[in-house]
Amino acid sequence: MSSTFAELAPPEIVARYEPVIGLEVHAQLATATKIFCSCPTSFGAPPNTNVCPVCLGLPGALPVLSRQAVEHAVAAALALNCTIRSRSQFARKNYFYPDLPKGYQISQYDQPFSEHGWLDISVDGATKRIGVTRVHMEDDAGKSVHDGFKDSDEYTYVDLNRCGTPLIEIVSEPDMRSSDEAVAYMTEVKQVLQFVEASTCDMEKGHLRCDANVSVRLKGTEKLGTRAEVKNLNSFRFVKAAIEYEIARQVAILEGGGKIHQETRLYNVASGVTVGMRSKEDAHDYRYFPEPDLVPLRIGDAWRERVRARMPELPSAKRARFAGSYGLREYDAQALTATRAMSDYFEKAAAVSGDPRAAANWVMGDLLGALNAAGKDIAESPVSAERLGELVALVRTGALSGKLAKDIFPRMIETGEAASAIMDREGLRQISDSGALDKILDDVLAANPKQVEQYRSGKTAVLGFLVGQVMKASRGQANPGSVNDMLKEKLG
Amino acid sequence: MEIPTLTIDAVKEGLRARRFSATELASEALKFARAENPKTNAYLTFCDERALSAAAAVDAKLARGEDPGPLGGVPVAVKDVILTRGVRTTCGSKLLADYVPPYDATAVIRLEQAGGIILGKTNCDEFAMGSSNENSAFGPVRNPVAPHRVPGGSSGGSAAAVAQGTAVVSLGSDTGGSIRQPASFCGVAGVTPTYGRVSRYGLTAFASSLDHIGPFARTVKDSATLLRVIAGRDEMDSTSAAAPVPDYEALLDRNVRGVKIGLPREYFKGLASETGDLIASGIETLKRLGCEIRDISLPSTDYAIACYYIICTAEASSNLARYDGVRYTFRSPNSPSLGAMYRNTRGEGFGTECKRRIMLGTYVLSAGYYDAYYLKAQKVRGLIARDFTNAFAEVDAIVAPVSPFPAFKLGEKVDDPLEMYLSDIYTITGDLAGIPCMSVPCGKTAGGLPVGMQILANHFDEARMFRLADAFEKETN
Repeated sequence: MSSTFAELAPPEIVARYEPVIGLEVHAQLATATKIFCSCPTSFGAPPNTNVCPVCLGLPGALPVLSRQAVEHAVAAALALNCTIRSRSQFARKNYFYPDLPKGYQISQYDQPFSEHGWLDISVDGATKRIGVTRVHMEDDAGKSVHDGFKDSDEYTYVDLNRCGTPLIEIVSEPDMRSSDEAVAYMTEVKQVLQFVEASTCDMEKGHLRCDANVSVRLKGTEKLGTRAEVKNLNSFRFVKAAIEYEIARQVAILEGGGKIHQETRLYNVASGVTVGMRSKEDAHDYRYFPEPDLVPLRIGDAWRERVRARMPELPSAKRARFAGSYGLREYDAQALTATRAMSDYFEKAAAVSGDPRAAANWVMGDLLGALNAAGKDIAESPVSAERLGELVALVRTGALSGKLAKDIFPRMIETGEAASAIMDREGLRQISDSGALDKILDDVLAANPKQVEQYRSGKTAVLGFLVGQVMKASRGQANPGSVNDMLKEKLG
Repeated sequence: MEIPTLTIDAVKEGLRARRFSATELASEALKFARAENPKTNAYLTFCDERALSAAAAVDAKLARGEDPGPLGGVPVAVKDVILTRGVRTTCGSKLLADYVPPYDATAVIRLEQAGGIILGKTNCDEFAMGSSNENSAFGPVRNPVAPHRVPGGSSGGSAAAVAQGTAVVSLGSDTGGSIRQPASFCGVAGVTPTYGRVSRYGLTAFASSLDHIGPFARTVKDSATLLRVIAGRDEMDSTSAAAPVPDYEALLDRNVRGVKIGLPREYFKGLASETGDLIASGIETLKRLGCEIRDISLPSTDYAIACYYIICTAEASSNLARYDGVRYTFRSPNSPSLGAMYRNTRGEGFGTECKRRIMLGTYVLSAGYYDAYYLKAQKVRGLIARDFTNAFAEVDAIVAPVSPFPAFKLGEKVDDPLEMYLSDIYTITGDLAGIPCMSVPCGKTAGGLPVGMQILANHFDEARMFRLADAFEKETN
């Protein structure tokens, strides 16, 4: 695909330009029911079964706003550092489409429920603040199914199960200057929404998607270029590729003396290019006006603060705390706060282990490795955070050697058993106790008179061999440190 | 059984005295309504099965000695923009000619829970847009009082059904006068309650911020009973009000001496016809009853027509978008593309008046025009509401005409939509302000045409409006 970009405009030419990028992120709120009726939002139900007069847009049906949807939306907006407006208003966005049964979407227009937020992103070690213009609520449309039926060449089928699914749209300021920043921003948005459980952000199910507004200008110039909007990007990979394509396309046009047209474009996943969909002249006139079927939404201080009080610690704060109080490296803090499940797991394991840094290494190393291999999420880990913590604690206290711990861990993954249970059953508890080690040591010394002689004549390097013999005789259970000390004493 | 003159009390009394059963009454009423219908075309659909099963339920309750409810056994007609589960609901439109809704409007549920017997669905202007009932896809309704004249609209069928006596009471809907004007034309009581007093759930939307469901009856008391039954907060309608519903009937029969009544001078300018004379004599009656009459001003009245036709068409253009041929409506055949299906379906499906309003509404909401039209109209609406607030600081109720003229001839005004719009001047202000208002019969012209007098009251002050109307009715009978 990079060759496509290069064909459009060579990198050294592109480098003379500065892209200006803003994202409109759409996230599905994690409510059990729809935003304006009590139909379930469950995924995968047979077509047109999760429906009622309200979401079908039948004559006479009226929307009633879901309190749960508002609370999720407020949590999301607070997590994005937005101000919550005490009074906001829904508006109708009018257009015709077969999967839009009311003939309008209920959204928010000039009075969104929240605005003036921000989110910090980190790219190549540098932190940058991206402005969040506004967050507003809206209902989703249904789904048009153009393919897959015998008569698909003649008919389009419509599934209205999605209709009325609660969404928030998060509109950023045009603050991003590269595709990497855009991806970092969207990643951060996803993480924050997942942390406050406003959305599962399951991209495969379309719970998180975005439109990218892209323009370019010569570096050092102030005036914004004409922008194009690339619609409906539903993976990080497509966000990056579509923006990069769009930058190169616009640079190529400008370099060729052309003009950018304000338009809406679609990213073609197969070809990796963006294609014009409609120009500014053909743009829908949505004829927004206040939704008369809904009273203005009032979110008082008390309600807002109740939502805030229920919010968990946000990823950025958590990262800072992990780095500060656990002494983790930034990379580790970042990785361990990737999801709320991950950070919760780590914190639990760290608390039980008494050695947070070791716990961090175990989580990011052996645990994630094993989970990745099994295609599992941390929430599905067969080893609970408590048991991983116990394993780390056993090493810390010397009850288990590091080596044995590594041997035991795969068995824990397999059976879910506690480390101590495996150790006890297999007699693997590390022997540090001098009484118990005494006999083993004496036996080893008696069996290896030559090496004892060599040591005493000054060849102390032979100690390693003797330690190895003790370890072998103890089937790895002896504490190497204790063995070392005791051997020196006996030979001394 | 004198069906045409029955009142709710007469039905109760007849049932109590076992002069008839609810089932007998329902059967007779259905038979009578069917026989009368060719004269007026008031009903579009009869629902015998539903009526008879509801009547059987009332009889069963009576047999068990239970109270069948405030409307127990009372034959009711329902305007065909109000949804009835399993019973065709056309909205007077070709687009919904075969539409059978899967749910009941809240008002319908409540009136049936109160023992009401729905006989059928009544004709109306298409999607409640019109003032003559000539905009129905199923033919006009004739005024039972004067068969060559219109019954008014848009709730012409519901007014005619009560006036001709086929139903004791009926439900209509009012967006700019669609209950009061036909009530006036047909000589019955018609009530537009406070906005939010009655749930709109299941009322096919014309202009959501102005739409009301309200009752028609031959007596003020019966209209009060029907309103009490259907009023009150409904969780399915966010705009429905939680304000308690008083027992309106218990508050009737009161002295109205000393009640301060305002006559807005803007409503009497140039009203010098027979209508004006009848309203003037109505005002004399109120004086005789001891009411204190005051001259008041509602200065923003001149802007009301423009304001109303911007807001109602804007909302209508959006509300009517769903009738697109995709799902439950008529779909024009031979449409090779999606665009053609939309155009043909809506072009062939909607009548002239609906198309006119959709176009007007689309225009006033368009980019570049929104501020000049819709936004300005909303501001004017605020001024009109403020006029009433100021007036009600001085007076208890306002009395005004309902329509500048009595029922006109069928076809007389169909080619002049503007004149039709202008004739709504006395009724639309009440809808814009969201206050309760009603038409109460106020005599007849020399030609025998009924004229209604309008009584307007402050928000949620229906009780006072009913009391005044009831006293007036008793004095004039």
